[in-house]
Amino acid sequence: MNENADISEREIVLKIKDLHKSFGDNHVLNGFNLELHQGESLVIMGKSGSGKSVMIKCLVGLMEADSGTISVMKHDITKLDREALDILRADIGFLFQGSALYDSMSVRENLEFPLRRHSKKFKKDTDTESMIIEALENVGLANAIDLMPSELSGGMKRRVALARTLILQPKIILYDEPTSGLDPITAKEIIILMQSIQKKYNTSSLIITHDVDCARVISDRMILLIDGIDYAEGTFKELSASKDPKVKAFFKQ
Amino acid sequence: MEHTTSINKQLKSFFTEIGDLSYFTIRYFKEVIKPPFEFKELLHQCYNMGNRSLLLVGITGFIIGLVLTLQTRPTLMEFGAVSWMPSMVGISIVREIGPIITALVCAGRIGSGIGAELGSMRVTEQIDAMEVSGTNPFKFLVVTRVLAVTLMLPLLVIFGDALALFGSFLVENVKGNVSFTLYFNQVFNSLEFGDIIPATIKTFFFGLAIGIVGCYKGYYSTKGTAGVGKAANSAVVFTSLLLFIIDFIAVFIADIFYEL
Repeated sequence: MNENADISEREIVLKIKDLHKSFGDNHVLNGFNLELHQGESLVIMGKSGSGKSVMIKCLVGLMEADSGTISVMKHDITKLDREALDILRADIGFLFQGSALYDSMSVRENLEFPLRRHSKKFKKDTDTESMIIEALENVGLANAIDLMPSELSGGMKRRVALARTLILQPKIILYDEPTSGLDPITAKEIIILMQSIQKKYNTSSLIITHDVDCARVISDRMILLIDGIDYAEGTFKELSASKDPKVKAFFKQ
Repeated sequence: MEHTTSINKQLKSFFTEIGDLSYFTIRYFKEVIKPPFEFKELLHQCYNMGNRSLLLVGITGFIIGLVLTLQTRPTLMEFGAVSWMPSMVGISIVREIGPIITALVCAGRIGSGIGAELGSMRVTEQIDAMEVSGTNPFKFLVVTRVLAVTLMLPLLVIFGDALALFGSFLVENVKGNVSFTLYFNQVFNSLEFGDIIPATIKTFFFGLAIGIVGCYKGYYSTKGTAGVGKAANSAVVFTSLLLFIIDFIAVFIADIFYEL
């Protein structure tokens, strides 16, 4: 509890205010709000199709919101031009649901790719090879450096994707369903890995999931996205004890 | 009434597609001249598309040359005009058959490949991952591929033409005992700049059409894996149709210049 109180006093690194997004008559987000603090793990839970992925895509500029403000490290991303947005993106890591490794590139090239784009972020004499190896060592896959994505298992792909996310040393990491499609043991390994990364690099994490176990282990705070709004907010303990039927439905598993 | 609504819907969808494709093409021309330039990826794509299509284009060209000569020979013999064979084959291959057949083969080989590749990258979120990593995916994926096909297709057409003429020569050599020097002397004597230049220029447009349509279909692919197949398929169908339209316009324009 004290730790949570401490987190809420830290700097806000990401803030969404009154976010709206519709697809035709389908109003997905109807005024969603959130605040993510430095070093915090914030879990967003919601049913499939509730707009979690839409929200996270608006956050990195992959989708344009209809209205509302999205502030990342004090930059309103809805007002940034492409160049400024690309620079800011170096500080935001994104772990995709299906890993999204580039099929035609080896693991090494997958990790090299974002480095080439953001070379200005690092010193001139930075050894990219050692950065790649360090990122792979962090996820326990240093020996997979020359493999192709097609030669990796689902869990390995997720780890490599995490290494690719880490390589730019982002301040915020966005996880889109990090454990979906994985067996319980591999899912647990990924969760442990996410925790160790957060501790090691003091990153802020925004995790989208409907895996209650994942939420329980990793969250400092949770937001339930229901009917396009931030319906309920609190710690895992608080929300799981809620008597609201809509909130209760998430924890009946 | 229902029938009219359906036609209206189809017409609307057709014109929307044309509009989107035009916007995509304009965006390509804007991005192609803007730095940074992805030279490494461009070379990789040129190798991929050029080198890996050589065998297919070569075999197709060779067989076209053989068949064209074999089928035309009896008719020319009837009129005692078999000596015109090298000129006739040379002009028809260089002006029309070589470019259009090579372009159609490449629409199948390269256009569908691009459509399927970009389509699968879209549905597996690889394009989004590229965007999030600060790379302009349009520039990295689309510009390099369209430019590579545009540059490689004229070379592939020249290669295909050469093998088609060689195939034709083999038939003439076996059936009419015509020597290599005599055959190719006649071919080159009958060809003029007016045959070669318009034919070469139109192949750049063929390449551009193959690249643009393949990339457009793949880049905006939706509906999962079924969408990838659809993207590859419609890239070939739409490109093939477009190739004939471009060919007609090119021949029409070249004809105006001939008359002048």
